[in-house]
Amino acid sequence: MHELSITRSMVAIVAEQAGGMRVTRVRLEIGRLSAIMPDAIRFCFGVCTADTPLAGAQLDIDEIPGRGRCNDCETEMDLVAPVGRCPSCGTASLRLIAGQELNIKEMEVESCA
Amino acid sequence: MCVTCGCGDSEGVTLSIADGEHEHVHADGTRHTHAHAAAFARVPLRKPAHEHSHTASAVPARDSHTIRLEAQILGKNQVVAERNRGWLSGREILALNLVSSPGAGKTALLERTLNDLKAELKISVVEGDQATSNDAERIRATGVRAVQINTGTGCHLEADMLERALRALNPELASLLLIENVGNLVCPALFDLGERAKVVIFSVTEGEDKPLKYPHMFGAAEVLILSKIDLLPHVRFDAARAIANALTINPRLAVFRVSAYTGEGMREWYDWLKGGLAVSMNGAAHATAGQPVSAE
Repeated sequence: MHELSITRSMVAIVAEQAGGMRVTRVRLEIGRLSAIMPDAIRFCFGVCTADTPLAGAQLDIDEIPGRGRCNDCETEMDLVAPVGRCPSCGTASLRLIAGQELNIKEMEVESCA
Repeated sequence: MCVTCGCGDSEGVTLSIADGEHEHVHADGTRHTHAHAAAFARVPLRKPAHEHSHTASAVPARDSHTIRLEAQILGKNQVVAERNRGWLSGREILALNLVSSPGAGKTALLERTLNDLKAELKISVVEGDQATSNDAERIRATGVRAVQINTGTGCHLEADMLERALRALNPELASLLLIENVGNLVCPALFDLGERAKVVIFSVTEGEDKPLKYPHMFGAAEVLILSKIDLLPHVRFDAARAIANALTINPRLAVFRVSAYTGEGMREWYDWLKGGLAVSMNGAAHATAGQPVSAE
């Protein structure tokens, strides 16, 4: 259940950046090849945000599809797993160019009243 | 919680340095001093850009504005991992992160390796488990120094835990540091500790398709040790197919087939370790250690 420690890290980063302001929304970017389950993050979010400036905040998650590029012929392809074969030359030597993201994109805070 | 060092974490990670000594490292911070502000400052966070307009509204709603962050959630673990890597590299220490399912034979492999190599190489061990010091005691019985990390409910080691373990263990210059991660084929793949390489141990009592089921771990490793090969006559396990599956996930894997019980295949693993240590001592980071045995 690594999503719990990941959610804790995320809440700590956001709370630090909020500087005491109440956070109303957080937007994450999670790659589909990152081995992180968005539903598990959502489940943990409620627990981890209790008694923090993020309590009650809305959580939006953008899922980023997997993309790879062939190391031999540079063909790009969609990937649904972190491994695969090049549709052009057949090699398994691919590098992932998208789908491993695990980022906090933005947060919305109440302030300046 | 401080995500740099994990202090304040309710999970209660503990470190045991010697038999009977059971220290709650984070109880008062005496063991573990650190600057939170500095640690946070290292993370490449974009400064909160205070860009918003106070639009006139009939509703006296509280104002809100959006802050763009672009922060990597695991960025802090990565910062500590890189610090560990630099520390280890400066001391010419070859650090390996041993990962597997529970029961694949990590500790037995370590015991055999330590008994066979302790006269020849300087070695120390970090043991990670949710609970008990049993594994560290097994290691200390070989005469090798070991630190036990108990992660509480945590399912993997994180870089800050290794940092504290390194401080407690203070491994010798030009030595081998073997880190036995919590038995788990999922989470340890995501958390860099600062090791030179991950070594995945896969036993012949598991299914041949395990690499296909857990591609992140087999993809993150540089070495595959097929363990318990003395049991091959007694189990329905196609070793060639298992290795082929692993190489499908990760064609760069160096593969060793070993039995820690009979000693079969251990020599090739030892040669790889010695080759890797020689590379560490020459300061050639990231060079390929040793020569892999062919996967057949």
